[in-house]
Amino acid sequence: MSLEFLVATGIGTVTATGIYLVLRGRTWPVVIGLSLLGYAVNVFIFAMGRLWQDAAPILSATGRVADPLPQALVLTAIVIGFATTGFVVELALRSRHESGSDHVDGHEPGHAPGFRDHTP
Amino acid sequence: MIDAVTHFFSMHLAVLPVLLPLFTAIALLLLGDEGGQAGHTGGRLRMARAISLGSAVIGALLAWLLMSEAANGVLTVYPLGNWPAPFGIVLVVDHLSAMMLALTWTIAVPVLWYATGGWDAHGRHFHPLFHFQLMGLSGAFVTGDLFNLFVFFEVLLIASYVLLVHGQGRERFRAGVHFVVLNLVASALFLIGLAVIYGTAGTLNMADLALRVAQLGPDEAALFKVGGMILLVVFGLKAAIVPLYMWLPGTYAVASAPVAALFAIMTKVGVYSIIRVHAVILGDAAGLAARAAEPWLLPVALATTVLGVLGALAAHSLARLVAYLTVASVGTILAGVGLFTPATLSAALYYMVHSTLVVAALFLLVELVASQRGAVGDKLQPAPPVAQPVLLGLMTLLGSASVAGLPPLPGFLGKLMVLQSAAATPAHTVVWAVVLTGGFLTLIGLARAGAILFWKVLPTDGHPVASGSSWRLTSATLGLLGLSLVLAVAASPMKRYTDAAAAELSDPTVYAKAVLGQIDAFSSVSTRPYRGGEGEVKLPIKGDTP
Repeated sequence: MSLEFLVATGIGTVTATGIYLVLRGRTWPVVIGLSLLGYAVNVFIFAMGRLWQDAAPILSATGRVADPLPQALVLTAIVIGFATTGFVVELALRSRHESGSDHVDGHEPGHAPGFRDHTP
Repeated sequence: MIDAVTHFFSMHLAVLPVLLPLFTAIALLLLGDEGGQAGHTGGRLRMARAISLGSAVIGALLAWLLMSEAANGVLTVYPLGNWPAPFGIVLVVDHLSAMMLALTWTIAVPVLWYATGGWDAHGRHFHPLFHFQLMGLSGAFVTGDLFNLFVFFEVLLIASYVLLVHGQGRERFRAGVHFVVLNLVASALFLIGLAVIYGTAGTLNMADLALRVAQLGPDEAALFKVGGMILLVVFGLKAAIVPLYMWLPGTYAVASAPVAALFAIMTKVGVYSIIRVHAVILGDAAGLAARAAEPWLLPVALATTVLGVLGALAAHSLARLVAYLTVASVGTILAGVGLFTPATLSAALYYMVHSTLVVAALFLLVELVASQRGAVGDKLQPAPPVAQPVLLGLMTLLGSASVAGLPPLPGFLGKLMVLQSAAATPAHTVVWAVVLTGGFLTLIGLARAGAILFWKVLPTDGHPVASGSSWRLTSATLGLLGLSLVLAVAASPMKRYTDAAAAELSDPTVYAKAVLGQIDAFSSVSTRPYRGGEGEVKLPIKGDTP
């Protein structure tokens, strides 16, 4: 099995898991799903510079070098993904606080908006 | 001394619309926010308003200066850090970018003026967030690099996430969660599309891409098209096209009025990006990948117009009606883009300027009307009469007639241009049918809404339930409506400008020469010296030809 096959399968599995979780009804699984999607996308960008072995990570005058641009791109994407994940966690908590439900629609299914379940 | 200053200023003019809001926002953050505790007259709030408005006015002047330079045929290229394109990031101000900049800042000033009428005290840090959003918008419009476009998308989005829930409340947080999750998924897709494009073409510089896509072999061109179509989905979500528009009416309807008005320009970022990627990079000169979006763009655009208008007819509140009209207008604009001729593109650009102005004005107007109808708000039900029936009625009439496309208002001119330019294309029958029927149905929907709002009033004991709106709110709304009228008066120079913009977009080699001309990479190795498995490194040094 080639390295490419392994990496591609890994990205596919993580993406599928991420999509499944994003489609859940509660905010917490959705947040986890978004993170997983982010991880898969980051590895995907990284792999788009092709997978290299025995190559220098940055430009040197002699020998083979790996493509440095996807590495720079993926750093940017990681930082942005980190910030947005932090934000969405905070937003989900705040939404739970405002509506009394952690459902993404802001109310428990089968109950009117504003319903709060006080049973422990 | 003065020479040095003006030289410095003109040299860095292209980057100023990005830096100005950045530094303004930082200054406003440092100034702090009393969080509404000091009421509307707090000293810090007053200072924040002055800085914010002053900066927006300066930004508008800068944007207009850039637009006038573009009108004179100057294509400004600004290599950040003086790294030559395509290796460094460049900012490019061509006709289209300058027009979008001017539009953004022109809307920002009255909207900020409106917000200082009270909304900015309903939560914390309204002004810094507003300027961060302006920074993201300006950056997205001036950047010449697709990855940089992604970064500015994120800047404007993260500001918009917080602005959307400004004023708070359960409804805003519910819409906020949907909006944020959708946009984060779209960002992931954006990155996938960019990675596919980089993986095939080896560059993300727009000018470089436009040249290199034509040289791709069949396998790579197919992959490149896949990347382009993924980006179409991402931009389509921002622009709210069928079937990705479902989030928009609910989101825009719950946003506070100035935020919704500013968001009117956010859908146009999606349209702008579609033009950049699908009408320019994947345009006629793209070789095997040419017009990748052609089978999709026009049908989807027309379906967007139809569903937007039907949504407007069925809307049960004025805010949702205006939000659906935003969707419908995006459909009309993209129909012009999807016909893939310079004439239709030019008409679409004119219509875009008009519809953005008038939709922003309508979002402000919605709140003016709703605030005078007591508990009913903007719901389309009979209510006690508004306090200023003549003023609000006339403003609604003006905005409605313009958005529906009645002469002599700019909406009519815009639609006429779209129809006229579409007449020469094979799809003219369906475009004419959809645009004309859409305009007619819009008129019916707005007439119904206007009749309920202003005529079908409940009897009261003589005096209205609410007081009139402050002159600040009224003047801001009138200002935006007036700007759309100016667009009708200035239709001829504006149309010449959009013609020039469309001509420039249809020939990407001029743009590419301006951007890449500094090095000999033009039509040569360009980027991607790193080829997997080929062993040898080829450095793109000056004078190195393939």
